[in-house]
Amino acid sequence: MKPIKYVLGVASLALLASGIQSCKPKSADTAISGDAAAKTYVAPGQYDEFYNFVSGGFSGQLSVYGIPSGRLLRVIPVFSQDPEKGWGFSEETKPMLNTSHGNVPWDDLHHVQLSKTNGENDGRWVFVNGNNTPRLARIDLKTFRTAEILELPNSGGNHSSPFITENTEYVVAGTRFSVPLDESDGDVPINTYKKNFKGTLSFVSVDQKDGNMDIAFQIETPGVNFDLSRSGKGPSHGWFFFSCYNTEQANTLLEVNASKNDKDFIMAVNWKKAEEYLKAGKGRKTKVKYAHNKYSEESHTSTSEIKNEVVVLSSKELKDLCYFIPCPKSPHGIDIDPTGEYMVSSGKLAALIPVFSFSKMIKAIENKTFEGDYNGIPVIKYEAALYGEVQKPGLGPLHTEFDGRGNAVTTMFVSSEIVKWNIKDLKVIDRQPVYYSPGHLMIPGGDSKKPDGKYLIAYNKITKDRFLPTGPELAQSAQLFDISGDKMQLILDFPTIGEPHYAQAIRADKVKEQSVKTFKLEANKHPYVSKGEGETKVVRDKNKVHVYMTAIRSHLTPDNIEGIKIGDEVYFHVTNLEQDWDVPHGFAVKGANNGELLVMPGETQTLKWVPDRVGIFPIYCTDFCSALHQEMSGYVRVSPAGSKVALVGNTGTNLPAE
Amino acid sequence: MKKTMLLIFGAVMLYACGQKTEQSGESTAAEQKPKTEEYDPQRGEGKFDKVEISDNLDAAMAASGKQVFDMKCSACHKLTDEKLVGPGWKGVSTKHKPEWLMNFITNPDAMIDKDPQLQAQLELCLVRMPNQNLTDDDARHILEFMRQNDGVK
Repeated sequence: MKPIKYVLGVASLALLASGIQSCKPKSADTAISGDAAAKTYVAPGQYDEFYNFVSGGFSGQLSVYGIPSGRLLRVIPVFSQDPEKGWGFSEETKPMLNTSHGNVPWDDLHHVQLSKTNGENDGRWVFVNGNNTPRLARIDLKTFRTAEILELPNSGGNHSSPFITENTEYVVAGTRFSVPLDESDGDVPINTYKKNFKGTLSFVSVDQKDGNMDIAFQIETPGVNFDLSRSGKGPSHGWFFFSCYNTEQANTLLEVNASKNDKDFIMAVNWKKAEEYLKAGKGRKTKVKYAHNKYSEESHTSTSEIKNEVVVLSSKELKDLCYFIPCPKSPHGIDIDPTGEYMVSSGKLAALIPVFSFSKMIKAIENKTFEGDYNGIPVIKYEAALYGEVQKPGLGPLHTEFDGRGNAVTTMFVSSEIVKWNIKDLKVIDRQPVYYSPGHLMIPGGDSKKPDGKYLIAYNKITKDRFLPTGPELAQSAQLFDISGDKMQLILDFPTIGEPHYAQAIRADKVKEQSVKTFKLEANKHPYVSKGEGETKVVRDKNKVHVYMTAIRSHLTPDNIEGIKIGDEVYFHVTNLEQDWDVPHGFAVKGANNGELLVMPGETQTLKWVPDRVGIFPIYCTDFCSALHQEMSGYVRVSPAGSKVALVGNTGTNLPAE
Repeated sequence: MKKTMLLIFGAVMLYACGQKTEQSGESTAAEQKPKTEEYDPQRGEGKFDKVEISDNLDAAMAASGKQVFDMKCSACHKLTDEKLVGPGWKGVSTKHKPEWLMNFITNPDAMIDKDPQLQAQLELCLVRMPNQNLTDDDARHILEFMRQNDGVK
């Protein structure tokens, strides 16, 4: 209320002044004032403007938020078992988590890419990466479910992934951790990194009809750490750019030993050239082992196929395939502006942001303006590819997105801020604090040809004092900014699941109309489906007992099962007979060393149960479905091995004996 | 003096808020206009106005209707007059008009909210009949199967 002191008695002026002041936050602490609430308020019953797909980091899952409300709409299980939805517990979903190492029921999901057509988000699929046991996954945006998981051979960790080309021709996967290639003898001293360790860049093709992925080829590179990547677009379509660090090729205490060089590299890959080499048979077939898992919404089951071969192209031997551009100190993000001309790289230990020019890079390659080579790959002179540098942007620049109005916004991890700057003149326009330590940021379509520059979200690693304390472990967070004006305005904090790395958002209109509501019972091709109660039965096959069961409000059929014996494996194949939206039924049995099932209308899912003792075991529906939900239950009788109790299953006919 | 300023400012804000409320009040009133259309308990509500049935049974239709019944209806309805989850089907085709039945089968939610007989039924069953997403043909075939169940030859 400072201005008031100077305008005592001049009521109109005072009003004006206090009016202005109340709209404009004095500091970020009071940022949530003025019209922030109205900007994020989505009235009960109303839809949000955007779907925001947010990586769950070490939760292994993908979350879906509505923007601008910040409401959590769904957590999509991907790489980790999810007992809430039976993911990885039902027989149908277990193969999805299979790898060449066997069942790996967890991963570290970092990055999110919406499928694109002509460089714009098209709402077909979301691709995500598994960082730990290298994997890619595709989520179908008709069902919001994981449709496919592909393991990546010749990789020690899949971080610079799953970035895609402008028409979703390829999803890429670059190795964060270089390792000896799978077919070589991996039993080597760790300190022979320089000699034995290799990086690979996998180019995974995407079938435009059904989305199915396939490893088209891998490019073998010197052993370095690939961090992030982005495809070119428009004029730079046909090229892919990967940031790399640890060009020192250190194998221990990387914190120090991988931070020695003044400059690391951006690797520019001409993938159109790679396609030519592949066609000309220049690839080397190598023996590997990897799992390719697909889920079918027709049979409601998944398959896991182990594959044994990939084609590898050598970046050293094949000319004009790869080039290095020097980039200051351990670059993290590499982001391409909407025109496809400017490549923004952020040396996370540098006090500036270099912006490279694609056309200058091409000219430098034509004129061979190289400063030498690195492991046989030409290194372009820094100045020859440089458009300019953003000076003193802040500390610890990590990632950049674009607002579609000629500006870029970069997260500063160390100085905890987001910084907006102009791509043409490289001048800083605005900076706003975030709470605290932002990693990625995203603007809807901010990596595409047509950003939707209304909102920006910063995903923060540290929340400390932002939310009510919940013991030692605190939620990480997202902070929503209105970026439609000159100044970026913080309008909402919301907590996230796991650790949010990258995220993307798409206008709800592009997705919501195609959302599947139920699965057609008539079209269910599950081998153990019961299309109606008349098809339910209990069948013994040696020690395996298959229960063909149906669920409908408000009973299970059969709900009395006898004749199960110790030593049996029981498979409950539950078909949900409902054909109405939002009526799943759950299924659980006492003592199962397993999760529950959650069965969508028209779907069949299977729970395996190995009873461990003689007795009566209740079964019930776990998802409150109707007024008689509590009645939706039954019993299974387990008898000793060798018992003569007949195998029966029924509902409503097993009347009281006394 | 400072306090006075705040008071004036506060008053202005209040006034602005008042205006806003009035506006939203108007729009709510507009949305809540009473509906002029009356519910017809004979016909029900839905896309079927007049369903042609003949004195004789269409056996092929009835057979198809039984298939739909087995898959999507039999979990809750018996063919006798005995109640399971929902009422038994004996006599249902004579109790209701064909268009009422087909409207109810294809548009249950709207009808349960309005139809006096269905509301009475809900008090007995306590489970709303689910929308099983039947096609128009499915609904017609079910009707024929109900007629067969009621003795039409």
